[in-house]
Amino acid sequence: MQATLDELERAWREAPGPDPEPAPSETSVAAEGETATEAGGRSLVARAQTVRVSVDTLEHLMTTVSELVLTRNQLLDIVRRTDESEFKTPLQRLSNVTMELQEGVMKARMQPIANAWQKLPRLVRELSLHLGKKIELDMSGGETELDRQVLEMIKDPLTHMIRNAADHGLEDPIDRARAGKAPLGRIALSAYQQGGYIVIEVHDDGRGLDVQKIRAKALETGLTTLAELDRMSDLDICKFIFKPGFSTASGVSEISGRGVGMDVVRNNIELIGGTVELRSTSPDGSTFLIKIPLTLAIMAALIVEVAGERFAIPQFSVVELVRAGEAAGHPVEMINDTAVLRLRDKLLPLIDFAQLLGLKATSPNPDLLRDTALTAVVIQVGTNLFGVLVDKVFRTEEIVVKPLSSVLRHVTMFSGNTILGDGSVIMIIDPNAVGARVSPVDAEAELAHATVDKAEANEARTALLLFRAGSQTLKAVPLSLITRLEEISVEAIERCNGGDVVQYRGALMPLVYMQTERAPLPKGVQPVLVFTEARHPAGLAIDEIVDIVEEPLSIDLQADTPGVIGAAIVRDQAVEMIDVSHYLGEIFDRHRARGPEETARGLKLLLVDDSQFFRDMLAPLLTAAGYEVTLAASAAEALALKDKGERFDLIVSDIDMPGMDGIDMAKRIKADTEWGDVPMVALSSYSNPRLIEKCHTAGFESYVGKFDRHSLMHALQECLKGWGEAA
Amino acid sequence: MSPDDTQEQTVQGFVTVTTAGQLFGLGLDRVRDVFVPQGLSAVPLAPPEVAGLLNLRGRIVTALDLRRRLGLPPRDSGKPMIAVGIEDRGELYGLIADRAGDVLWLKASSFENNPVNLDPRWAQVCAGVYRLDGDIMVVLDIDKVLDFSQFGAAAA
Repeated sequence: MQATLDELERAWREAPGPDPEPAPSETSVAAEGETATEAGGRSLVARAQTVRVSVDTLEHLMTTVSELVLTRNQLLDIVRRTDESEFKTPLQRLSNVTMELQEGVMKARMQPIANAWQKLPRLVRELSLHLGKKIELDMSGGETELDRQVLEMIKDPLTHMIRNAADHGLEDPIDRARAGKAPLGRIALSAYQQGGYIVIEVHDDGRGLDVQKIRAKALETGLTTLAELDRMSDLDICKFIFKPGFSTASGVSEISGRGVGMDVVRNNIELIGGTVELRSTSPDGSTFLIKIPLTLAIMAALIVEVAGERFAIPQFSVVELVRAGEAAGHPVEMINDTAVLRLRDKLLPLIDFAQLLGLKATSPNPDLLRDTALTAVVIQVGTNLFGVLVDKVFRTEEIVVKPLSSVLRHVTMFSGNTILGDGSVIMIIDPNAVGARVSPVDAEAELAHATVDKAEANEARTALLLFRAGSQTLKAVPLSLITRLEEISVEAIERCNGGDVVQYRGALMPLVYMQTERAPLPKGVQPVLVFTEARHPAGLAIDEIVDIVEEPLSIDLQADTPGVIGAAIVRDQAVEMIDVSHYLGEIFDRHRARGPEETARGLKLLLVDDSQFFRDMLAPLLTAAGYEVTLAASAAEALALKDKGERFDLIVSDIDMPGMDGIDMAKRIKADTEWGDVPMVALSSYSNPRLIEKCHTAGFESYVGKFDRHSLMHALQECLKGWGEAA
Repeated sequence: MSPDDTQEQTVQGFVTVTTAGQLFGLGLDRVRDVFVPQGLSAVPLAPPEVAGLLNLRGRIVTALDLRRRLGLPPRDSGKPMIAVGIEDRGELYGLIADRAGDVLWLKASSFENNPVNLDPRWAQVCAGVYRLDGDIMVVLDIDKVLDFSQFGAAAA
């Protein structure tokens, strides 16, 4: 690494010397990495004398200085306690000198940003030749200094953005002439310091971003919905280019659009605590703004206290501090053990930091949260916004980041540690790791578009009935499958035809026991879950109904046990999700044998749903109803079947799927010659008139709620009737 | 404290510490310094062996509790402790014991391998024992003590 001799010399000179001279480095620093095209040609007369210093040497110097700072602080502390001290004046001097020494060493690690730009003029010349466009690259502010580590990290993103600007941004000479622009396309790169950050602007005077294309792509990839797009400004729509996997380049060119898009640029920049944003775009050009911290070794961090321990939260991720609590006017509210804060008409998910760090065993006490005034540190990670509850907030401090010892490296919650001014060691919180706890699936966070209330809507909640039967393990079944919950007097149960039956609403209802070994019936009442299939009820006898909960459903574990679909975590407890058809299928089959008018006689049905749970739940039902069911886990999978030449009589599809959603899939199917007239039924977890209408325009015959299997069966019948008549 | 010239070729130096009444020896060549740990800050979510972090002259030291590492009962709070500074692959560790002892120079003739009936948890980190007058010193194998893959096991 290169450090200018002046820097080191100055640091050295200033250590004992009384009068810090004006820094002579202004002209010398940039000279080294100067590029020919740089605006404002600098005199090369004062070419800096440089020495090569190894990074290790600098790091060591840095450590020594940190020790000096700590010792100085201790001395200051001692002197402060004595009123009259002859040490006071020399100590003040020592203090100042130490500070200057620290700054000097810090500066020795810095390099002009022009070093990262060196290769860009050549790149632009090559691009210019290759693309047949006349391109001029303007660079200014190359003397702006930043840490060499940061410098390395921004080289690639910058190169990528220049390629993008040249390839996609700038038009070819003919188009430019048509648009009334000068034939020479201009890309401008400028850097300047702003607080502890370096801001780099990348501007081109090309045609701007293609809003229509981005719109279409955003819809196609399922990042957003039409309704949302309508409410967004063009600039906001263009910001989708930073989403993962987003690239509008229809063809892969040699220059750019190799599948790695702006999201990679964003990731690389965010990795070093920076941000990248689209400042403006219009037919006259577009401007991107990159903001990166000056150095990774030192950063501003908010010092907070949680359960008596202090922690540092990187300032770049902190959006604001909010007083939470009744008194502060921001009461903490609870949604089933999850704390949220109502902040400017949005719900902000709250994390109890003490609990997250294992400093407190219990979950947040609602009363405590409501009454005491806590501080919520609002943190933004990517598009994810959440609040972290802390006991105390001290101040923002410049901290020297030190890597974690290898024994602690697997503790993902921390990104490093640091020594505070008072000499104590504290941990630096990794906001990304905390954010991951809020929304375990990053993709979901990406889809949530930063607004919490939308995230809530996206998370389909399922009402589940929790019960016990046979064992102590909790069992669950979607409430919507159940017709009624009954308690039947044991005396009313009769044995008939090898099975138990009970008189129920004027007919005999067969009873099936969940536990294989039928326990001798106690006196009293028997809880029964009543299911109905084709107007015939059947009862599932269980031991005890525990609760009804409404939870986002995720089957964590596929089970091999017959009768169990899988295991899920509901309210921190493992529950077995019961496969009802396993227990009652036989009985319903018997009914169906009696009612042939209701079977579908081997019609081929395609079920498209991304959720394994729903596929597992619906497939047996549909099979039982007589359909020959084929499963597809995504729209792409379904369309692949189409391309393979598969034919179906009916398609049942989920609407909300990652990647291509059901609506787009329907449009594609309707446009297809082979599949175009296959009736389709839409399934969705939530219903609203707008969505229903969208489904109809997309070509769905009908629209059914996900758990409403009666409507589904009915809808299928209707479809078939129409289809039968047409055929 | 120096070896008796060169007539005893197989003399080795040990820094000794006492923990829970037991004398332990750490190879002199591996020990950087012995210090009184101050300003120990806890690390949430860390393995139980990690007693915390502390600042030793501007460097961050990871303090490991020898009692925890050996599966011994925890030290009563407020009792004095001592840390043996060890540098391993560029990182500083402080092995926390109850009391520091003398530096001992011991002849190989008084060395014995680990007794076969030694607690497996101890056998894992001990490199043998020395017979002393009226005492037994257990030699700690520093590399094994710092073997993080074994962390958490002692607590179980």
